[in-house]
Amino acid sequence: MSDLNTSMIEKYRSSFLKEVEANVEEGEWVKMCMQCGVCSGSCPLGKHWDHPPQEIFMMIRANKREEVLGSDSMWMCTSCYNCIARCPRGLPITHIMHGLAVYSKRLGLTPKKQPTAEFSQIFWDNLMKKGRVNELKLGLSMNFKDGFGEGVKNAMANQKLGQNMMKAKRMNPMEAFGGHGVKSPGDLQKIIKKAQEIEESKIQAAK
Amino acid sequence: MADDKKFAGYICTGCGIGDRLDASTLEQVATRDGKMQSCKQSEMLCGAEGVQMIKDDIANDSVTHVMIAACSRRAKVEAFNFTDVALTRANLREGVIWVRPDTDENTETTQEMADDYIRMACAELKAMNKPAPSGEQELNKNILVVGGGITGMTAALEAAAAGYPVHLVEKSGALGGAVGGYYKVIPTRSPYAEPAENPVPAMIETIEANDKITVHLHSTIAKTDGAPGRFSVELATESGSSQTLSIGAMVQASGWKPYDANQLPEFAYDKSADVVTNHELEALAVAANGGPIKRPSDGKEVKSVCFIQNAGQCSDKEGHLSYFSGVTDLISIKQAMYFKELNGDCDTTILFDNLRTPGAGGEDFYRAGQQAMVTFSKGIASEVVAGDSLTVKFQDKILNEETEMACDLVVLATGMEPNSGPDPYALLALEEIEDLDERAKKQEEIIAVAPPSILNLEYRQGTDLPHLKNGFTDSHFICFPYETRRTGIYAVGPVRRPMDIQQARDDATGGAMKAIQAAENAGKGRAAHPRSGDLSFPTFRKEGCTQCKRCTVECPFGAINEDEEGYPMYNESRCRRCGTCMGACPVRVISFENYSVNTVNEQIKNCEIPEEWDEKPRILVLACENDAYPALDQAAQAGVEVNPWARVVPIRCLGSVSLSWVTDALNSGYDGIVLMGCRRDDDYQCHFVRGSAMAAERMSKVGDTLESLNLEPERVELYEVAITDIQRAPQLINDMADTVEKIGLSPFKF
Amino acid sequence: MAKIELSFYPGCSSQKGATSSNYLVSAQTMCEELDIQLNEIPDWNCCGASIGYGGGGELPRLTLSARNIALSEEHNKGQEIVATCAACWLSTREAKERLHEDEQMFKDANAALSEAGLKYEGEANVRHMVEVLVEDIGFDGIKEKVKKPLEGLKIAGYVGCQTNRPFGIAGESFENPMYLDNIVDAVGAESIPTYEKKVQCCGGALAFSEPEKSQEMIKGILEAAYDNGADMIVTPCPLCQANTEIYQDQINEKYGTKFKMPIVYYSTLMSVAFGRSAKDAALDGHVIPAKQLEEIANK
Ligand code: SF4
Ligand code: SF4
Ligand code: SF4
Ligand code: SF4
Ligand code: SF4
Ligand code: SF4
Repeated sequence: MSDLNTSMIEKYRSSFLKEVEANVEEGEWVKMCMQCGVCSGSCPLGKHWDHPPQEIFMMIRANKREEVLGSDSMWMCTSCYNCIARCPRGLPITHIMHGLAVYSKRLGLTPKKQPTAEFSQIFWDNLMKKGRVNELKLGLSMNFKDGFGEGVKNAMANQKLGQNMMKAKRMNPMEAFGGHGVKSPGDLQKIIKKAQEIEESKIQAAK
Repeated sequence: MADDKKFAGYICTGCGIGDRLDASTLEQVATRDGKMQSCKQSEMLCGAEGVQMIKDDIANDSVTHVMIAACSRRAKVEAFNFTDVALTRANLREGVIWVRPDTDENTETTQEMADDYIRMACAELKAMNKPAPSGEQELNKNILVVGGGITGMTAALEAAAAGYPVHLVEKSGALGGAVGGYYKVIPTRSPYAEPAENPVPAMIETIEANDKITVHLHSTIAKTDGAPGRFSVELATESGSSQTLSIGAMVQASGWKPYDANQLPEFAYDKSADVVTNHELEALAVAANGGPIKRPSDGKEVKSVCFIQNAGQCSDKEGHLSYFSGVTDLISIKQAMYFKELNGDCDTTILFDNLRTPGAGGEDFYRAGQQAMVTFSKGIASEVVAGDSLTVKFQDKILNEETEMACDLVVLATGMEPNSGPDPYALLALEEIEDLDERAKKQEEIIAVAPPSILNLEYRQGTDLPHLKNGFTDSHFICFPYETRRTGIYAVGPVRRPMDIQQARDDATGGAMKAIQAAENAGKGRAAHPRSGDLSFPTFRKEGCTQCKRCTVECPFGAINEDEEGYPMYNESRCRRCGTCMGACPVRVISFENYSVNTVNEQIKNCEIPEEWDEKPRILVLACENDAYPALDQAAQAGVEVNPWARVVPIRCLGSVSLSWVTDALNSGYDGIVLMGCRRDDDYQCHFVRGSAMAAERMSKVGDTLESLNLEPERVELYEVAITDIQRAPQLINDMADTVEKIGLSPFKF
Repeated sequence: MAKIELSFYPGCSSQKGATSSNYLVSAQTMCEELDIQLNEIPDWNCCGASIGYGGGGELPRLTLSARNIALSEEHNKGQEIVATCAACWLSTREAKERLHEDEQMFKDANAALSEAGLKYEGEANVRHMVEVLVEDIGFDGIKEKVKKPLEGLKIAGYVGCQTNRPFGIAGESFENPMYLDNIVDAVGAESIPTYEKKVQCCGGALAFSEPEKSQEMIKGILEAAYDNGADMIVTPCPLCQANTEIYQDQINEKYGTKFKMPIVYYSTLMSVAFGRSAKDAALDGHVIPAKQLEEIANK
């Protein structure tokens, strides 16, 4: 268990809701949910969620910290914004789901090998290298994220797709050796590093 | 008298009537068959000229009886408002030309229809008299308000503000009622963000300073006699003194009482002092005196509290209230915010299944509660276990699990019960029981559990206002709130349905205005709603009366008492002119000047019944003028066709239908009869509340009549028709035409 | 009509050799015809898309977009920012709104940007290309430019998620937006306003991480288009386009279907209808060729 996690448990012993309010993006909205269930009914991958958004909000209020933060439900969010468009209470549900996902990851509670959690990290790392996403590398690292054997299997499965894309000039093998980017990735990295520091320090301060 | 009558007919040829019908034939029918002494035509009778023509005839030619053959009696009411004459309308527009197709093959039957309606109108007019006020009443502006809670105080203030003297009667020693002792109230003004100051103290001050309002504390009503405009009310005080007030109209605002939580053993109400009702929590909040709320058992500051919604309400369980009290979810939100205000970081949970926050600010107030960090959990509590810390067991409805929570205090959101008087019809119903011993036994049973009377009415039909469902006091809840079945006495506030303060105040204002109207109407001898302004009233011919008591029992408004000899005693200003008594009287001795067994019978008789070989059936439609008749008018406007054999006669209420109309019609050769009245069950729409139901009861005996005449039962049908049944109403008539075609013409044509 | 000048944010997927490079080509052609000048934001960076949140968190994600806005404000002063990609538009606009609402966040983002000497003001309007078409050009304006009406084509307008929610196009409903159908009608083809999967999610970035679950949804989108008799699908979103086009083979394999539904952009339709060549409309950039459009373009 991460230190951060331990200290958060200490601090918010009685109220997971307060912890969420303090540390999760748009977390102060959770208390405003009126449990109508519209979000859960609107979620495209809803049937794959162990706990759809409505339930997550209820669980937060019922102090079910481990069940929520250890859940892989939030990672099922496709960012379709259907829930936001429909929530009669105007909750920024998409962002709360993202926020919960990030928070759980930060505390080291995200289930191992959660594919979307991994993909989003790979994506971020990819974009951080040059400031723009390198789709080919992104695809390759996604294929090979579970080791070489899996990677070859995945690559074979997607082989035809890749060929098609290359034919349509929408995938460039040369990208593997460079590709697009901002002029000074170093500057961008500095900016983002600073932003990360500020965000970290806020969470630490909440400890 | 008869010699003074002068009959005049007026035929309008406007609105297409002249194009579709032969006006000279109509005029001939009116003068020859209808015996109108004069008959004039106008191209637009409702225009200034047409109206002036009638007015002049009334003024110069002393016309006393006017027959207008034009549009429906529901159209142009203002234009044809001649108060000093007896008036009838033959409906040629909505009744004839609009419901018949304009084709050559139909010209004959359409003209026949119109001729008939003129004959019928003239015949009706002949049997009518000019209504006049009885002079029984005088104007009495005093308004009596029963109950000194928020509702009663509001009614008193509103009536006083309109310039009427008010007597405000309160049983206890202080004004304020149930809410008087509350810490704060649900906010009624934007932004609805926190509980609001209790308005009661300020209201009491205003009342005490108002010299139009006389407050009678420690007082109850020992007796109420009379009728609107001349109520005589005897007040009794605790000290034993009494006084008699003369009152024009009354408002009953006797309020509500909290549900008895001793009926909820599952929530340990009887075992732990720390389980309290929402009503009791108010006292704890007041006692806290600005500090933290303490729990009753040991005075410890409350650190966690759980509200159980719908405790003993919205439930089919024995001893529970089957209804929702409307306001108790908002009350719990309000009270949860007390804890957020007074008890610091107190864990405050509201366990709800359906959270209902009605009213303009309800939703905002709910949000305010959420903002204040009140936890709303969707769950149903099953048990509270008493102990130093209370355990609330509940089913979490979102996570679908049985679970529990610990807290210092449990608040039960229990419901409101009405402070009604005893149900007057409970005892009356016993008169049906033949065995006197059994009747007495049942009587005792009822009296044993009955609440004390509030009004002590000296009415043939009992001491208090009738009840609706669940013991709430009468009100015509669909169309005319506050309107009860006792004219001039208006029920307002939570005694007629559960409500919050704002609703109760609105209710009180409405009721006060209705009371003023009733006093004014009584003074002029005019009917109250729905026949507002009607001057005619029922009288009975004593020589013919058999003292059968049907009229006194069936009058939905308790208007008729019995004198010492057992004869009916009418109270004009209690009467709503529905005619139910008239329909009830087996010897047909009850009548109005302008509506009687005879006026309708004359119409029935004066429709021409074609000979059998003509193959033109006749269908009589008796349509209630409140809903069925307007539905037919609207259908006509929409161009829905009606069978040409139908002849529609408007009636005041199904309750006024005399069985003799049906028998006479069948005897004189009508082939089918359709009766149309309002819905009559618990969710009634009858403007006279019970009229339609009474009629249905009476008509259940029509089968015997048909059998004795050897006629098919399908020839008479009784329907509930709503004002919105625009397609259905004409269809019902056309259905009867089909039936007649199937079973053949009546054998009674001669 | 006066020339419209816009500060253009193309986004990663529109770059040469990337998944939606054909979007960029056709959009540029379309803009030429409509007299819209696109001034690319110099040195723009990735917006983080809808998936970056999981790696980046809140402030870093918002700062990415803040940098783009700052660059636009510096180099393309006074111009509205326009994006063709739904995710780019959403991320940028969202960042702007969040930084506007939250003062602390505004300060923090600027603190981060100052590391590279940038300053964020948040004055520029952030718009989607479709907004420019609907609000500035208008459907009649589009109609006027049509030289080769796309007669006889039945086209399902697939709006998807992020062009539609949470911001959407002003005046349109979330549940049944009509602008894409109106564009289809304007270029002379037949629209399917009742297309029931119009705003169905295609899985977005989860097409990568949860391929099976996403492909099930994509199948529904394609199936409904077939059921409605569509010759092709048109979309305003590069991810929608890619997801619905490139997985058709895999879906066919898994479900035994025979999908071969061309998926094009509104800009593709307009480029062809405005009389431009197949190449200018980037018709060569499709995995499933839109043969009927090619025919019209080559006429
Ligand atoms: S935005 Fe995420 S949580 Fe909301 S409906 Fe879409 S997938 Fe579900
Ligand atoms: S739609 Fe909004 S209010 Fe309804 S359950 Fe979801 S988050 Fe709560
Ligand atoms: S939002 Fe409308 S449809 Fe949904 S529960 Fe409420 S009233 Fe019914
Ligand atoms: S409205 Fe009535 S009175 Fe007036 S012209 Fe028409 S039918 Fe005659
Ligand atoms: S007319 Fe109606 S209200 Fe009047 S006495 Fe008869 S039954 Fe009662
Ligand atoms: S119903 Fe007729 S007969 Fe009977 S008591 Fe009344 S008036 Fe007399």
